[in-house]
Amino acid sequence: MSASSLSLVQTRLRNGLKVRLKPIHSAPLVSVWLWYKVGSRDEYPGITGISHWVEHMQFKGTPKFPPGVLDRAIARVGAYWNAFTWLDWTAYFETLPADQIDLALQLEADRMFNNSFKAKEVESERTVIISERQGHENDPSFRLAEELQAAAFRIHSYHHEVIGDMHDLQSISRDQLHNHYRKYYVPSNAVLSIAGDFSVRPTLDRIRKAFGSNLGTKRPVRNIRDEPAQFGERRITVQGPGETTFLEVVYHAPQGDHEDFLPLSVVNSVLAGASNLNLFGGGISNQTSRLYRKLVESGIATSVDGTLAATIDPYLYSIRMTVSPSRSYEEALAVLDEELDEVLSRPVRKEELTKAIQQARALFAYGSESITNQAFWMGYSEMFADYDWFQNYLDKLAEVEVEQALQTAQKYLVPHNRIVGVYIPNGRPNG
Amino acid sequence: MAKDLELALPKLDIHSLPGPETIVRCQLPNGIVILARENFASPSAVFSGFLSVGSLDESTTRAGLAEMTASSLMRGTSQLASEEIHESIESVGARLIISAGKHSTAFSGKCLTEEFDRLLSIFAQVLQEPSFPEDQVDLVRNEQLTAIAIRDQETGSRAHQCFNELVYPGHPYSQLNLGSSETVAKLKSGHLRKFHEKYYGPKGMVISVVGSVEASEAIANVERFLGGFVNEKQADQSKLPDISPLKGEVREYVPLEGKIQSDLVIGVAGPRRQDPDYLPAALGNNILGRFGMMGRIGQQVRERNGLAYYAYSTLNSGPGPGPWQVIAGVNPGKLEEAITIIKKEISRFVKRGVSREELLENQSSFIGRLPLQLESNEGVCGALTFLERYQLGLDYYQRFPRMVADVSREQIRHAAVRFLDPDRLAIAGAGPALD
Repeated sequence: MSASSLSLVQTRLRNGLKVRLKPIHSAPLVSVWLWYKVGSRDEYPGITGISHWVEHMQFKGTPKFPPGVLDRAIARVGAYWNAFTWLDWTAYFETLPADQIDLALQLEADRMFNNSFKAKEVESERTVIISERQGHENDPSFRLAEELQAAAFRIHSYHHEVIGDMHDLQSISRDQLHNHYRKYYVPSNAVLSIAGDFSVRPTLDRIRKAFGSNLGTKRPVRNIRDEPAQFGERRITVQGPGETTFLEVVYHAPQGDHEDFLPLSVVNSVLAGASNLNLFGGGISNQTSRLYRKLVESGIATSVDGTLAATIDPYLYSIRMTVSPSRSYEEALAVLDEELDEVLSRPVRKEELTKAIQQARALFAYGSESITNQAFWMGYSEMFADYDWFQNYLDKLAEVEVEQALQTAQKYLVPHNRIVGVYIPNGRPNG
Repeated sequence: MAKDLELALPKLDIHSLPGPETIVRCQLPNGIVILARENFASPSAVFSGFLSVGSLDESTTRAGLAEMTASSLMRGTSQLASEEIHESIESVGARLIISAGKHSTAFSGKCLTEEFDRLLSIFAQVLQEPSFPEDQVDLVRNEQLTAIAIRDQETGSRAHQCFNELVYPGHPYSQLNLGSSETVAKLKSGHLRKFHEKYYGPKGMVISVVGSVEASEAIANVERFLGGFVNEKQADQSKLPDISPLKGEVREYVPLEGKIQSDLVIGVAGPRRQDPDYLPAALGNNILGRFGMMGRIGQQVRERNGLAYYAYSTLNSGPGPGPWQVIAGVNPGKLEEAITIIKKEISRFVKRGVSREELLENQSSFIGRLPLQLESNEGVCGALTFLERYQLGLDYYQRFPRMVADVSREQIRHAAVRFLDPDRLAIAGAGPALD
C-alpha cells in the first residue's frame, strides 16, 4: 500500500477536535492516536516537565475507569498502547483488534475530560518521574544533550529537556498539574487520527458520541518567546563518569514547515546518512555518508549520526559522534570542520542528491506499511504543519536542487550559528 | 475451564494467521531451510534467519570473537570492498544486519521489492566469501572496544552481567557477547578467518522471506545465491553445559562512580523454550510482571509505592535455560525496599499461584495480540524463523489460541514452584556506591 493511494477523511467536530481517518483493510487491526499540541515548549521555569507529568497522570485512571481498570482492559484484548511527550506535542495511542475500536475511543474521550488528578496519585507519580530523570542522568548522552539545549536557547522554551528540571519535579503541585491539563487537554487543541480496518460513517458517529462535548472549545493562549539570532559560536563541556568521549555539534535549524527544512534534510543525508522520520521501524546504515567515511573509516570516531527534527519553532540540527578511545575530540572537530567547509564551498554531487532521494523513498515506503505508522503520520504532521506536508514530502524532496542544498548549508551550517558540546569522561579524559 | 469464561476469549480467524496454507517450506540439498510467505499489500521484501554459530563456540580467552566475526562479514569479500558493499546497499535505501548471539548468528535484510535480488546476492556473498581485510578488522575492533567501554559504564548492563555471573558461574551464559577489552584487543583478522572457516556453513541455517515476492521466486533466488554454500568441515555447534541450581539466595552489587540511579535484577535460570512448562511459565510471567502496567510487580513497585520508573519481569527462554528475571530501576536509597517488595511478590506468586480471573485475562491478552505481532513483514518473518528454530510445526500459530486456552492455574503454579524458589534467588544490582 502506498500513502497516496489510500483515501483520507478529514473533518472537525463542532467543539474544535480535528479528526483524520484512513481506512486500511490489510489486517483486522486499528490504530487510534490522540494528539495534543502541548509539550515542553509550553512550559516555563517553575513548571518544567509538567507536560510529561500530565501524560503520566493520564494513566492513573478516571472515575469511570479507576486505576488499574484501564490498563487491564487494554491488555485483555491484546492491544498495544503507549504515550509520548515531546517539545511540541503529547500523543497517546492504542493499536488493537479492529472490533475493539470503541474501547480506545471511550478511554481517550474519558481521560480528555474527566481526569481528577488525586493528590495521592500525584505524589506517588512524583517519585516515579524523579526516578525516570535519575535514570536519564546515568547516561552521558543525556547530560550532554541537556547542557547543549540550555546553551542553544536562552529565551525560547526549547531551553529545557522534556523531562524537566529536578527542582521543578520536586515542587510542582497537584493544582499546577490540573491547571495545565485543563488548559491544554481540550478538543480544540487536539487531533484524533485513526487508521485501520473500519468503516468511516459508523466510526464518525462513534467519535461524535464519545468526543462530542462542547467543553473546552477555547483554544489555549500561548506566550512563546522567539529565540534571537546567535552571534558567535558557543562551547560547553560536561565532565562525568566513564571512559568515552562524546562530541555533539548543534546548529540552529528551520522549523518543519519552513522552505529550508527539506533542503537541509538532504544535506544531512549526504553528510551523516538518511534519517528515518517514522516513530517505528528502523533506519538504514550510514557507512557511505561523508562524515562516516572521514571520521569512522579513519578511526577518529566509532560512530557518527545526524538528526534534524520537524518542530513548530526553529530547533536544532545535531551531529553526534562517539570519539575513539585513543583519539581526541579536537581531532574529531577539526575533521568535521573540514567536511563542513567542503559542503559550504561547493554543491553536493548530483549522484549524492539522487541517493538521498532514493533512500528517503525507501524509508517512506517502509513507514507506510504499518497501520500504526499511518495513524502516527496523520497526527504528527498536523503538529507542525498539516497532512499535505506528509503527502507531498517525496515530491518536494525530489524538487530539491544541488544549488538550493548549497545555499541552505551556507545559511545554517556556519560557526556563529552553532554550539559545540563535548562530554569528557573522568575515567580517561581523551580530549 | 468453565464454558462461560472460555467464551470470553478472543475469537480469531485462524486461517488469517500464518499456517500450512500460506507458508511454503523447503530444504536445499546443502541443508538450508527456507520458509516463505507472500504479502502483496507491501512494497517491500524482508528476509531474516540464523546460522548455527554463536558465542557458545568461542573460548573464554577469545570472548567477543563470534560478534567481531559477524560484524566484519560486510567489511570486504574476495570480490567487493567494504565501500562497494555498503554503497550497493545504502544507495537503494536497503539494510542488512548480521550479529552474533549465544547460540546463533542472526541476520536480517529489508529493501524495496525491486531490489530483493541485489540484497540477497550481497548477503550471500558476504556470508560465503568474507576476506576480513586487516584495516577493516582494525576499525571493527575499535568500534567493539568502544561499545565495551560504554557497556561497562551502564548500570543496566552491569547489573545483568552481575546476575549472569551469579546464576551461571563458569557457564557460557555468564560470558559477554561483546567480550572484554582484554580479549577483544587481541583478536586479529586471522582469528576471524579461522572461526568463519570452522563454524560458518549451511548446516543448521534457516532463512525466511516475507513480502511482495512470490514464494516460488523467493525460494528460487535463495537457492540461486545460497545453494552453492558448502563447508564440508563445518563443525557441530558446541554443547551447552548443564547448570547447577542456586543453593540459596545470592547477592552482589556493583558500585559505579558518578551514577545517580541503581539497576536491579532479581531471578533465576528459567525453562528452555522447548520445555513443556514453557507456555504456563510464560503466562505466569505475564501475570507476575507484564500484564497491564507491568503486572503485579509494576503495580506494587511503581504504581503503589512509586519506587521506580520501570519495574517488570521477563522470561528469556531459548535453546537453553535463559533467565527468568524481575528488573527495576530504582533510587539507591530505596533499593532494599524495592528488593523486599519484589521478593514478597515472587513468593506470593509461587505459594498462592494466580487467580482464575488473572489467568483468563492473560490468556485473552496472549491470543488477542497475535495479529498485532504478525502485522509487519518483519514480524511474520521472525515468526516463521521461530517455528523452524523450535520445530513447532507450520500450524503452530493456528494451534496457539487453543494451546493458550488449555493452560490451567495448576500448570502455572507447577512451573512457578519448579523454577522460582523465593529462597534461592540471585539478587544483582549496579549503581552509585551504597551507604
